[in-house]
Amino acid sequence: MTPRPSGSQASPTAFVDNDRTPIGYGRMLRKEDPRFVRGKGQFVDDIQRPGMLHLAILRSPLAHARIRSVDITAAQAHPKVKLVVTGEMLAERGLAWMPTLSSDVQAVLATDKVRFQGQEVAFVVAEDRYAARDALELIDVSYDPLPAVVSVRTALASSAPVIRDDLAGKADNHCFDWETGDARATAAAFARADVVVAQEMVYPRVHPAPLETCGAVAEYDPVDGALTLWSTTQAPHAHRTLYAIVAGLPEHKIRVISPDIGGGFGNKVPIYPGYLCAIVGSMLTGRPVKWTEDRSENLTSTAFARDYVMHGEIAANRDGRILAIRTTVLADHGAFNGVAAPTRYPAGFFGVFTGSYDIEAAYCSMTAVYTNKAPGGIAYSCSFRITEAVYLVERLVDCLAIELGMDPVELRLKNLLRPEQFPYATRTGWVYDSGNYEETLREALRLADYDELRREQAARRTRGELMGIGISFFTEAVGAGPRRHMDILGLAMADGAELRVHPTGTAVLRVSCQTQGQGHETTFAQIVAEEIGIAPADIKVVHGDTDQTPFGLGTYGSRSTPVSGAAAALVARKVRDKARLIAAAMLEVSVADLEWTKGAFQVVGDPAQAVSMAEIARHAHGAGVLPDGVEGGLEAQICYSPDNLTNPYGAYICVVDVDPGTAVVTVRRFIAVDDCGTRINPMIIEGQVHRGLTDGVGMALMEMIAFDEVGNCLGASLMDYLLPSALEVPDWETGFTVTPSPYHPIGAKGIGESATVGSPAAVVNAVVDALRPYGLRHVDMPVTPSRLWEAMNGDPRPPI
Amino acid sequence: MQITMMVNGEQVSRDVEGRLLLVHFLRDHLGLTGTHWGCDTSNCGACAVWLDGEPVKSCTVLAAMAGGHEVRTIEGLEQFGELDPIQRAFMHCHGLQCGFCTPGMLMTTRALLDSNPNPTEEEIREAISGQVCRCTGYATIVRSVQWASAEQAGRRTVTDDTSP
Repeated sequence: MTPRPSGSQASPTAFVDNDRTPIGYGRMLRKEDPRFVRGKGQFVDDIQRPGMLHLAILRSPLAHARIRSVDITAAQAHPKVKLVVTGEMLAERGLAWMPTLSSDVQAVLATDKVRFQGQEVAFVVAEDRYAARDALELIDVSYDPLPAVVSVRTALASSAPVIRDDLAGKADNHCFDWETGDARATAAAFARADVVVAQEMVYPRVHPAPLETCGAVAEYDPVDGALTLWSTTQAPHAHRTLYAIVAGLPEHKIRVISPDIGGGFGNKVPIYPGYLCAIVGSMLTGRPVKWTEDRSENLTSTAFARDYVMHGEIAANRDGRILAIRTTVLADHGAFNGVAAPTRYPAGFFGVFTGSYDIEAAYCSMTAVYTNKAPGGIAYSCSFRITEAVYLVERLVDCLAIELGMDPVELRLKNLLRPEQFPYATRTGWVYDSGNYEETLREALRLADYDELRREQAARRTRGELMGIGISFFTEAVGAGPRRHMDILGLAMADGAELRVHPTGTAVLRVSCQTQGQGHETTFAQIVAEEIGIAPADIKVVHGDTDQTPFGLGTYGSRSTPVSGAAAALVARKVRDKARLIAAAMLEVSVADLEWTKGAFQVVGDPAQAVSMAEIARHAHGAGVLPDGVEGGLEAQICYSPDNLTNPYGAYICVVDVDPGTAVVTVRRFIAVDDCGTRINPMIIEGQVHRGLTDGVGMALMEMIAFDEVGNCLGASLMDYLLPSALEVPDWETGFTVTPSPYHPIGAKGIGESATVGSPAAVVNAVVDALRPYGLRHVDMPVTPSRLWEAMNGDPRPPI
Repeated sequence: MQITMMVNGEQVSRDVEGRLLLVHFLRDHLGLTGTHWGCDTSNCGACAVWLDGEPVKSCTVLAAMAGGHEVRTIEGLEQFGELDPIQRAFMHCHGLQCGFCTPGMLMTTRALLDSNPNPTEEEIREAISGQVCRCTGYATIVRSVQWASAEQAGRRTVTDDTSP
């Protein structure tokens, strides 16, 4: 076996100018940045159209209420108001309801009832933003309040009011049941285990809160019957198809443009009522209409993530050999089931809750319920529900370590999958592609100097100081997905790509996915450069416009590099294959006599006889003779469906200090070693990891969308929903190993969400480790000072 | 009401509502969309601009209050066709991803370097603690400010190191 690269990316002490532009993989400055550092990005709210009007949405102040009447007379009389629309008016056009990504329906504007605080009730289109807001105040809605279902734990009680009485025959708040694994085999393993540890844990409702809120500019051309929609979407093609279905517009006359997007993190995957309101507003006024939600609207009405109450059990032998894991989950799906996950996976990929371990059996049973809260259940910077799964298993393993009196590293090393077991079929039906887990964990231990940390901890404990060291080892499952079992609303999760090489040897790559900061314009140019030897600077990446790009399912769940990245590599190889035929004719040799040297085809062993890709392109477009059967031009297209997901993984170590007097947790160090297979641009990879680690600290210590007993959202502004600032996070210490994926043409795996998946458990494990002197085994997120203080004083209450 | 102010070195005059926020004045009335809006509550800092050389959050300043004053936005950071060192630094150190917080971050950190040319990591973190970035995790922003600080002082080392 050849030695495999690994290394660390500690923050540089000297600043280096290493901006060589690689032909292919390597550090390269981003092609996106020159416009962003000048303030020349173009985000949706930056779009100005001639005659554009502004739309504002009236939202429900109540979590659950019957609508008695909506009086819009005064609003219509406002001199700057052009249009006021209610749910009843949409119903007359058959547009009051729309499908969600999970085949449920969601009200565009409420007609019968409001079902969560912040739900859309009416909208106003006016001459400017301020006038539209003013007019909302003039709409008089009369509500009959109903009792709200807030607690997921009592949503199925017979006394609970039925939220979804719009669904025929619905007599309770049950949303769905789901199970995976082998209940009987798991029970048998538990029966003969030496040790069983059970722990309930809550993964609270959190919100992706991208810095740019959601919005749209709709421009309907009544002459052509064509709609152009600039919108904050991570999936422009899927959205276009849905608009065609919902609004009844022909798909070829809808153009969805997703310009620069100010962060997505899953929040911009679903279709929100606001987008449809903007479309309707433009169709009815005949003018362009802009809708930009404010921060409260973003936090209270757009898609949340997590909200799982998990009861986990882990069974092991006394020597630390893990036998089985079992869990029951109560899932809060809010008022409408808006989960964004492949159709056959109502719980996303939660089935990977067996983690990175070689166990005998596993079983999960889940019940999902409706509550009077905003819909969602999207992946917040994680592949569908894997954050929840990893948190469950990594907390359970630490609980077991405490029970056994074993070091959590030793326990993990005893149970991690071994390299020879890959591709590995899990007990819940997943195939992990590749891994050398122990190597990655040992790299993290080395970077952290784990033994020294433990010595320091022991010394501090004797002085009454609370220092904790938390370990997390995670396996992601990204790149949805194989078309034989993954689709969203019947659309296969495959991605197109198209590559054209121009006569002068520059190229344009068109991809279906959509960057929200991940740097696709750079990374995808590098992928193509590696394959066809044209410098990335000479390759333009076009994305985010359905008129300009081939069909594909978009960017979320870390699927861009695994799916669209593979498509980009393969379409480039198609171009190279054609170029080889042309090169053979140009050099008057047979194809077999040619070898590819990145950038040129040359006669084997004779560098003097070579033609570059630029020369081939000129010939392909030129007037000369081409080989028999070869068309002119140098371009190709592809639609790629992966054979399997890819499985990036990593080992994380978090070091915290807890103030015994205030229960404030400080993250002192965080060491993250990630393996995402082949590394295309290490600078961008490191940035993706940093982002996820910050998410993890935020979720573990600060973030929660909480509700009071009547369903008022208590996290409705950034004063109430706390996001980490530069003061709450340390300088990240990152490292890497490289284990290519056998299922990906260039061996790459996703990286966008690994750190969000892996880090929350490391932080909580560190906090619990710090509090061993208090005898604590678990504390739920968010570990705020007040909640931790209660736990330290013997009252560790769950947050919901 | 009629307001007049200097924006990026040019005098502008407009008739606006008294309640108009400076951020909307810049974006909607002057077309300077580099200044972003992100929260309503002065928490996120995406809207930071300079008012008489000091960073302010333009979502909490009325356009009328800026009347008679000097405003500088991200569009005015580049001078004579040359990027400011802090702009180059953010590109070199990957101090941005989606680019939405970037204009506010650049205005704030440029102001920091003007008052403190050689800030410590702690001082940098403190200076940007009123700005939210959801993408970078802040470490690369800290490095960017250090890079710009070194660049200005001629301390930057040019090597062919391969670290990312």
